[in-house]
Formats: sequence, C-alpha cells, structure tokens
Amino acid sequence: MTPEGTCNSMSSESDTEAQGELITRPDLFPRNVLAIGDAAPRADAYEKATGQTKFAADYYAEDMVWAGVKRAGIPHARVAKIDTSQAEGIPGVMCVLTHRDVSGTNRQGVIRRDQPVLVDDKIRHCGDAVALVVAETRDALRKALDRITLDCPLLTPVLDAEEALEESAALVHEDNPNGNVLLKGELQTGSGDAAEQECEILVEGCFETQRQEHAYLETEAGWAQVKDDGRLEIVCSTQTPFRDRMEVADALGLEPTRVRIVVPYVGGAFGGKDGITVQSLLGLAALKSGGRPVKMWWGREESFSAGAKRHPARMYYRLGSDRSGRLHYLNVRLYLDTGPYDHLGGVVMTLGLEHAGGPYRIPNAVLKAWCVYTNNPLSGAFRGFGVTQVTAAMEQMMDLLAAKLGMDPLELRFKNAVRQGDRNCVGKTLVSSTGLTKCLEALSRMSTGKERDAWKAAAPFFKRRGVGFAALMHASGYGPVVPDFANAKVELTVRGKIRIYSGVVDMGQGNAATNVQIAAAILGQTADMFELIQPDTDRTLASGSASASRCTYTFGNALIGAAEILKNRLVQRAADLMMARKEDIALIPGGIRNLGSGRVISFSQLADFLNEDERVAVHYFRAPVAPDEIGAAPDLKLHGLPHTLFSYGAHAAWIEVDELTGELEVKKYLAVSDCGNILNPQIYEQQIQGAIAQGLGYAVSEDLLVEGGKVLNPDFFTYLIPTSADVPEIVSVPVKMYEITGPFGLKGVGEIATNGPLPALANALADACGIRIFRSPLTPERVLDALNTRNREDLE
Amino acid sequence: MKISCTLNGTRIELSVPADRRVVDLLREDLGLTGTKESCGAGDCGACTILVDGESRLSCLMLAAQLEGREITTVEGLAESESVHVVQRAFAEQGAVQCGFCTPGMLLAATDLLHRNPRPSRGQIREALTGNLCRCTGYQKIVDAVDKAARLVSGDES
Repeated sequence: MTPEGTCNSMSSESDTEAQGELITRPDLFPRNVLAIGDAAPRADAYEKATGQTKFAADYYAEDMVWAGVKRAGIPHARVAKIDTSQAEGIPGVMCVLTHRDVSGTNRQGVIRRDQPVLVDDKIRHCGDAVALVVAETRDALRKALDRITLDCPLLTPVLDAEEALEESAALVHEDNPNGNVLLKGELQTGSGDAAEQECEILVEGCFETQRQEHAYLETEAGWAQVKDDGRLEIVCSTQTPFRDRMEVADALGLEPTRVRIVVPYVGGAFGGKDGITVQSLLGLAALKSGGRPVKMWWGREESFSAGAKRHPARMYYRLGSDRSGRLHYLNVRLYLDTGPYDHLGGVVMTLGLEHAGGPYRIPNAVLKAWCVYTNNPLSGAFRGFGVTQVTAAMEQMMDLLAAKLGMDPLELRFKNAVRQGDRNCVGKTLVSSTGLTKCLEALSRMSTGKERDAWKAAAPFFKRRGVGFAALMHASGYGPVVPDFANAKVELTVRGKIRIYSGVVDMGQGNAATNVQIAAAILGQTADMFELIQPDTDRTLASGSASASRCTYTFGNALIGAAEILKNRLVQRAADLMMARKEDIALIPGGIRNLGSGRVISFSQLADFLNEDERVAVHYFRAPVAPDEIGAAPDLKLHGLPHTLFSYGAHAAWIEVDELTGELEVKKYLAVSDCGNILNPQIYEQQIQGAIAQGLGYAVSEDLLVEGGKVLNPDFFTYLIPTSADVPEIVSVPVKMYEITGPFGLKGVGEIATNGPLPALANALADACGIRIFRSPLTPERVLDALNTRNREDLE
Repeated sequence: MKISCTLNGTRIELSVPADRRVVDLLREDLGLTGTKESCGAGDCGACTILVDGESRLSCLMLAAQLEGREITTVEGLAESESVHVVQRAFAEQGAVQCGFCTPGMLLAATDLLHRNPRPSRGQIREALTGNLCRCTGYQKIVDAVDKAARLVSGDES
C-alpha cells in the first residue's frame, strides 16, 4: 500500500447512488423479522463499529481545496478595513473572500435573518466570520488566515443581558425596532399578581445558569462543489437540510433549486447543528473555486468560539401556596443572553416560558421573559431548549417551598402534579397522555423516605449524603404555527430490497435504525432487507428538522403510512399475479407467499412486474397542534406557544458530598420516564442515559467561561465534559403509556432527561448539607465556599 | 522520509514528510478515515490507534515515530473475516450512537482487554477516561467492554 494507493474520492454521481446500502451482517443481525419493542441492535451499529461510516469530514478528493474562516476575535466593532493583501500573496492561496464577494442577502437565520455569512457593517461577537480563505493546502490556509488583519474601530460591547435592556446600553443591532430585545414574552393566567397576597406561604429565588457547549465529537464539517450542471452541492453535518437549502440560497443569491444539501450520518449535534454553521461559507467558497471541491472542517477551538451554546439565564422566581402545599401563584422573570444573532433564541425563550412553572397545576401566574442580544458568544438550540434552565429553577423552588412547609419534596410534587385534563401553568389543557403521577409513584417506590434516611445516616466520615428530586415535563414539536411535518418515501427496488428515504437527519439518536424497525415490523422483514437513504434535498422528501424531540414521532407517523401503502400494493399486485385473493397472500422475509398454494414470489421477481410508480409509496404526516387560546401574543405563537404533546419524568440523585474538598459524587441516579410506548428499549435507554450524562456535566463541571465576550476555555482540557469515570450507573425505568397519536404509541424521548440532573443534584446538595447554591455548575469551589459560609454562620 | 511499518497486518513502505501527523497520514494519504480527529490536542481520544498493541493518540504522533512499528486502526481490528469480539459487543450492546468516538473507544477497549482480560466495571471506566463520548453516557460502552471481556476470557459464550 502506498500513500497514493487508496484515496477516497468525493462523491461522484455513482457514489451518491450507492449511498443507502445498509451494511449489516447476518451474524450480528439475526434473521428475525424485527418487531416493535425488540431491543434489536441498531441498523447503523455494524458499519460504525467497523469504521466504515463516512461522516461529512471523511471525504477527500485529489483536486480538493480547503476553505477556512478568519474569526473576528473582538466582540463589537464597526467594520472598516479588512486587509487581505498579505494573505492573497501566500503561495497556494486561491482567493480571499469578504462580504463584497457575497451576491445574496448575506444574512442567515431561522426566524430573524440577522447573521451575516461574512460580516459587513459590524462585528458582533468574537466568533464572527470576517473573511474566507480558499487554499490548495491546509498549511497555506493557516498561514493566510494569520496574515489577514483588521482595522475596525471598537464599539462598546454589550456583555450582560439585563444591562443590555437599559436605555444607555449600546445596540447590537441598530435596525432592531426593540433595541437589544430579540423577543419579549409575557403571559398571565388566573388573577395574576393579585393572587400573591392570597398565598399563605411564599418563597423566592434568583437562579443563574451558565453557558454550556455542545461538545459533539464531530466538529462542524462539510464539503461543497459546483457541479457541471451549475448546481451547488453541499455535503455537511447539519440537523436541518431542507431549511439550510433556503437559507444558503437566500444568503448567496441563488435559486433554492440550484442548491442541494446532502447529510450523511452526523457525529453528534444536540441542537448545535440546528442552524447554519459551515453551509453558506462552503457554498461561497465552492462558487469561487473554479469547480473544484472545497472542504471545511472547523477545529475544536473554532467550534467552541463560533458555534452556538446553551443560553446562560438569570431567572427570578416567586412561588406561593396555601398551608397544605397546594400551589397558588407563580411569578417568573427570565433573562436569556442570546448573543449577537437570533439563531433560535426566540424559540428557546418561548419554550422556557411555556415550561417555567414545571409540570404543575398553578392557577395564577405572571410569566415574563426577555431574550436579549449581546456581544457574547452565540446562544441557540441545545437539547433541552430553554426547558433545562427553567426546570433547574422551578424544581429548586419546589424544594425551597417543601422545606418551608416542612413537607416531603416528593409529596409536594405529587400533590401538584398535572394529570390529563388539567391545565398546565400557561393554561393549556393537557389532552395527550400524561404520566407524571405514574413516574412520581414509581420513583417514590424506588426511593422511600426510610431508605433515604438509612442511606444518609450511613455516610462515611467527612462525607454528607443527600437525595434530591426533580419532576420533568418536556414538549415536543414546533407548536401551533410552524408546520411540524414529515414526508416519508419507501421503495421496492428492482433488486428486491426495501429502500427507506428519510429527510430527517440521524445525528446519533438512532432514528435511521428506528425507521428500519418500523418498516420491518409493518412489512414483515428482516433488517438486511433494507436500504437507507439519508437526508438529501434532491432524493428524499422535504421534512422538518432533526430537533424538538419530534424526529420519530413525526417521521415515524409518516413512515407507517408509506409502509402500509406499499404493503397493500405489494400484496394486491402479488395476488393479481398469482391469481389469488388478497386474503390468501402474506409477506415473508424477501418475498410474498400464497398461503393457499404455498407458491412464493420474491421481491425482486415482483419488482419486475411493477413499474417505477408502483414500487414507490409516499405518505405525509403533520403533527397535531394545540387549538387552545391561552392569550399568547401572535409572535409567541409563531415561536411555538403552546404545545400539545408532552413527555414526563421524575429523577432522583443520591449524592455524597466531601466536606473537605467540596466534591460532589453521584452514587446513584434514578430516572423514571413517560415517553410513551417504546419501539426499541436499547435506543430508548441510549437517549435517557446520554441526556443524563450531559445534564450531569451541566450540573457539576461544564461552564463555558466568557470574559469581555471572549471564550476562555475553548478546549477539552479546560472545558470539562464528563468522562466514563464521572458518570454513575444510571437506573432508567420507563412508564410505558401508549400515546394514541404517536407511531405505535411513542412520544419524544430525545431531550427530557437532560433537564433533571442540575435540579436533582442541587436539591440533593441542600438535603445533604443544608446549603443551596443558586449559581450553576455546582463546582467543588462553590460547594466548599457555601459549606464554609454555613459553618461560619453556625458559629456565629 | 521513507518509513516501513506494518499497518493492519500488511507491511508497507511509506514516503512521507517525517513531521506529518499520523492522523493525517492515515486519513488523507491512506484513506483510512475510520480514525477520527475531534480535538487535535490529545484531550479526547477519538484518534486512538494501537501501536505495537498499545493505544496511542494519532493526532500527537508524527510519521517518523511509526518506523518499524505495528499499527492497528479500526479498519484492521477485525481479524480475517470475523468481526472482532469488541466490535461485535459494541454493536450488540448499544454502545454505538453517533459513532464518532467509536473507533477510538474500540481500540482503547481492545488495549485494556490485552492488559487485563477480566476488568471490573470500575476498571473499565477508569481505562476509558481518555476517550470522550458525548452521546451514550458511557453505560452501554461499559456494558459492551464487560461483555467482550467475558466472551474473551471464556466466562461466557
């Protein structure tokens, strides 16, 4: 083998056609018909475990060139002079592009298109893209990026969300009619603030949660090429191919039909790829590379500084009840630092607002939220999507209230828990399956007061033990206005395989494998009978994004329809061919049997008798929405308020605190979840366990530090995500309720579990040591500091 | 410079700059994209390969360091036609989600089982701390290595 020996070529047309071949192995995937509920190995597991899966970053070609971005490095400045002359002179540099080279609107965004591909009027955060270099080698690219200089007069940076609302604050977007407010939300239920004086018990708290980095292992990557027919093809790591196509076309001044987005398996996303990253930049580079394919692959530091984060939040809470613990009144003010661009900030805020009161009946509420532009790093979608922040606050409020009432925290939750038919805190009547009380019942059986007390009493020297709880509720889908739809296509190929065309990205959550399981169950087939076409705006049908806990709910429903249509057609046509009745025909793996005569016709034989149109079935599904009029303003409705479908959960963290070091160790973590019926227990557990691990990182160690708008810890050496030694064994118990609108009874499971760990651990810490830290993460330093303060107070 | 080494069981001669990073050599020059790069700084373990049977980070190694060595990447983990026991366990136990950490994780686990054929769950967790995974929460990875260990040591068939 020589270095020239094997070289991957980028996708030619034939490669693209071959995409979809599912690499399975009979010894790994037993030749059993997959059924709903099977804990079958994922259809993508074998090719991933053998290193055969090609991610967006894995394509190289002979004549490929590299593109890279010059980042601003300053938080707020007027764009004056961008000097590219030195960079252009470096051997191997093909071109250096600035905003002047962008022919379209140069603006990207989901709701408010306010993010430039390359900055033109202003620099609005350190991660802004100032110039784009296209070079023959990565070496030349690096050198060129170093030689680009900026001479841009600095502007006063806006660095705090609440201060940004003051009259005197500098403006991030001068053209925004609401100053630095991207979106403001306000909701009132019952008699609003008038209910406060009716409360017998009132508790207050101000909580601050930090920025969290997605830290997917595959950084933002892709490649692009202008094909011979003049169309721009972009292969990239994204959650939103169909939305990207529109954004890229608009920003670069192309017809959307001239843009094709292809998405291989994605190496993790968690919301961080729900929005444009490399797409337009790659497209622009490809338009200027003379037809040569262009590759871009962000380094880890670039991913940290330019990618979106979980919104840091400041949350003011007042919660009141009567003496029995029945909740009566809630007042909430949320301030979210959204950074310089919309991204999905307004939608995140609105979902936070909707979940601000948790899964409880609270008859009177005043909820307000501000999503605020700053010159800090960009905030946007992140698994949990605003609910993570408010759950941290609300669930700690519940414990504060329980403490004041002298009531068991689980009992207080149970007393106020929503049941089907109740109104939640924004006044929406819950009409879908509502399993919270079942979750709480199961959790209390697994964590009885007696067990908790005995365990706590057995704490070793210099250790304190505590148990904390969190009750969870998480909406799925887009809300009442934006169509939450999916369009599935299945095909009997001429070779006799069943091909599933999915427009919804698999970023690791396993929906591709679930799609196989759904189609296999309906068509009575084994896994090896399937081929998967992953999202491709040319080949798969338009569908919504891989986000909002809605992938399998929405696409699964569409796929069931398509598979049923195909099944009926195959049975009907086989019956015709065999001169039999439809009722005599059964699907068997790889073909069809006439049960009367015993005669078998294989799928490939059957395919020969069908024309192309007959071999294909499509089905469209649009998720149901809430018709409730809850008094939400039109822009809040547009941003998703209210939802109609919710998953529920109840978590318990059993922790041990080291009084000498402040370290907090989770000894046991219990998660009971109502996410509807379970299609594949293995994939379901993956979602619960993975989400809890991310939530644990958020609770104790992950904190993206920003000073003067600049990220201080843009690497895995200083930004600490959990390792295998940091995550405890997680006990996940499902409450299997059947949601009648879901595919085989399923609800979303992708996000909810992320929301539990921070409040559960904070409550456990209070239980263990009598301290409450209102600022996350709960680092050893903060714990130790709080312990010392408490000890001093005890002495005084 | 000229380098000769054994890559996935085959002796090869390479002509590459001595300071070429091994991860680039594998991915770009040899087309072995199963080896991933995620941080480029030795913090995440995604680029783990086996050098003389021991796990090493290919983003921190230079081509010259391969001289005379035996290198295994994820593509060479499976012996002949059969799937490697660790690969099989990963696929069956649900240890694979997005799959980007998987190759490095597999090689680190293989290295562990060579050194310690019967690791406890705690030892497995300890041994994999150099390999970050953001999807799984590690539990099913630990399950998979545990299962593979029991299969290799004959405690389970």
